[in-house]
Amino acid sequence: MIIDLQKYIADESRFWSELEAVLDRLEKRPALRLTLSQLKRFHYLYRRASADLAKIKTFSAEPNTRIYLESLVARAFGQIHETREKAQRLSPLHWFFFSFPQTFRKHINAFWICLIVMVVGGAFGGFAVLADPESRIALLPFSHLQGDPSDRVETEEGAANDRLEESKASFSSFLMTHNTKVAIFTLGLGITWGIGTLVMLFYNGVILGAVVLDYISANETQFLFGWLLPHGVIEIPAILMAGQAGLVLAGALIGWGKPIPLQMRLREIGGDLVTLIFGVALMLIWAGVVEAFFSQYHEPVIPYEIKIGFGVFELVVLILFLVKSGDKKILNRAK
Amino acid sequence: MQNRKINTLTIKTPEGIEFSLRLAGPISRFLAWAVDFMVILAANKLLNVALGLIGVISRDFATAATLIGFFLVSIGYGIGAEWNWQGQTLGKRLLRLRVADVNGLRLQFSQIVIRNLLRFVDALPAIYLVGGLACLLSRRSQRLGDLAGNTVVTWAPRIHEPDLDQLLEGKYNSFREFPHIEARLRQRVSPQEAQIALQALVRRNSFEPLARVELFHEIASYFKKIAEFPREATDRISDEQYVRNTVDVLFRSKTSHT
Repeated sequence: MIIDLQKYIADESRFWSELEAVLDRLEKRPALRLTLSQLKRFHYLYRRASADLAKIKTFSAEPNTRIYLESLVARAFGQIHETREKAQRLSPLHWFFFSFPQTFRKHINAFWICLIVMVVGGAFGGFAVLADPESRIALLPFSHLQGDPSDRVETEEGAANDRLEESKASFSSFLMTHNTKVAIFTLGLGITWGIGTLVMLFYNGVILGAVVLDYISANETQFLFGWLLPHGVIEIPAILMAGQAGLVLAGALIGWGKPIPLQMRLREIGGDLVTLIFGVALMLIWAGVVEAFFSQYHEPVIPYEIKIGFGVFELVVLILFLVKSGDKKILNRAK
Repeated sequence: MQNRKINTLTIKTPEGIEFSLRLAGPISRFLAWAVDFMVILAANKLLNVALGLIGVISRDFATAATLIGFFLVSIGYGIGAEWNWQGQTLGKRLLRLRVADVNGLRLQFSQIVIRNLLRFVDALPAIYLVGGLACLLSRRSQRLGDLAGNTVVTWAPRIHEPDLDQLLEGKYNSFREFPHIEARLRQRVSPQEAQIALQALVRRNSFEPLARVELFHEIASYFKKIAEFPREATDRISDEQYVRNTVDVLFRSKTSHT
């Protein structure tokens, strides 16, 4: 029981200030590691502040002190009872070569589902264009894709001037930002238990399938691959990986085979979602540069063999990166 | 009952201590977002002017930089501010809001990123209708981004304490002669009861005369049961003065009184 509240507060406030100073340090520098003696002191201050809060809470007259102590105890509680790894000093190379591909492999099943849905969408789009060529108008969102493929090839191959002259950088940055927004949206739609994500992937598959079949049926296969492969082999997997992240989120929400509470499930996948979406953003930056500066130039400026070869090379590197980079077995063998 | 809406998130620590975080409602959150939206607009305007200077060298490069800058500011503002200011943006600071972990644990970078990225869905179809609706329906007033990120937005109200010196008018308090009963009174009166007495005094002039007499009679009777002062301390004082003396004892220390 507190007899003299003012004296009590005056006596205790130095411990509260000390605790606050430790908390400020920990919050400002997440990588900070306390020594054993500092940890013991921190724990002592936390318990002391908690006990003070319990006493003050029964006291009628000090709402501000109670609120201050509640906030102090809440902050200390967050630091002491947090079991997740503290944020380390950012190591971009380690993150890129280890965390990112490892996270991709960890959730590979979600990626396969996304790929299947997109392929099914692609088959649907291709079938629709073959069965009803007029459906292109409805299926293809861009006007330059709605015309005759052969006309477009003739126009672009015969162009005397660089149509992207003075706008390559802005076109590239438009592609980067637009595609990243689409990717984030695809991830975000995972909150609809994955339905929105799958619809998004199916829709993208439909467009892709319609374009591919449209050009193949017009005997413009070489142009098609020369145009799409250099950026598409990065961009399409990136969108699929955004979908993968969306399905990971959906999986945590649904919780199949995971007899743990929703909050725990979400807690488990939070870091993975961020890793995947940051990786996707990097891939889309690369794809944006390639699309603006390379993909849009055709024969005779750049031979199709070079463009297709470059696309295939990128795809092989991407697959090797995602499958092998940061592989613990390879790393153990190397050791 | 499980889905009943709550406005306070109470966290019980393993040490047996409870602390509560008041949850922010959709209106205050919308206002904070409006402030942040203006900040983003202003930042983009500034960026536009600054990057426009690059246009002297290359208009293409200036457009590209503006597009990327706009994108980064729009997405990065919330993430950067909430990470650097422990769950606050400028709008949230103004409205005294803060993003917190749903279990009261340390807020992680991944939580901040997820709740901010899911704005793309929460903002649908316009002005955060999906997010606002989710906030209204959710038990903890969470938008979809909060749900996915395991976060809540809390509100720390400013406590306006009435001017006790003016309220209590520096009159002689006969209860002060009996410090042991004062101590008993302080010990036995709960914070809620003390607030009732204080609020009754603050609003005394807005009551009907009869209601005022009845109210102070009821409150004084209650306090008399809790801690009984001797007759010499309570003789010839009205019920309202009794409550005034009680509030003085509860809210003002001896040192500040004298």
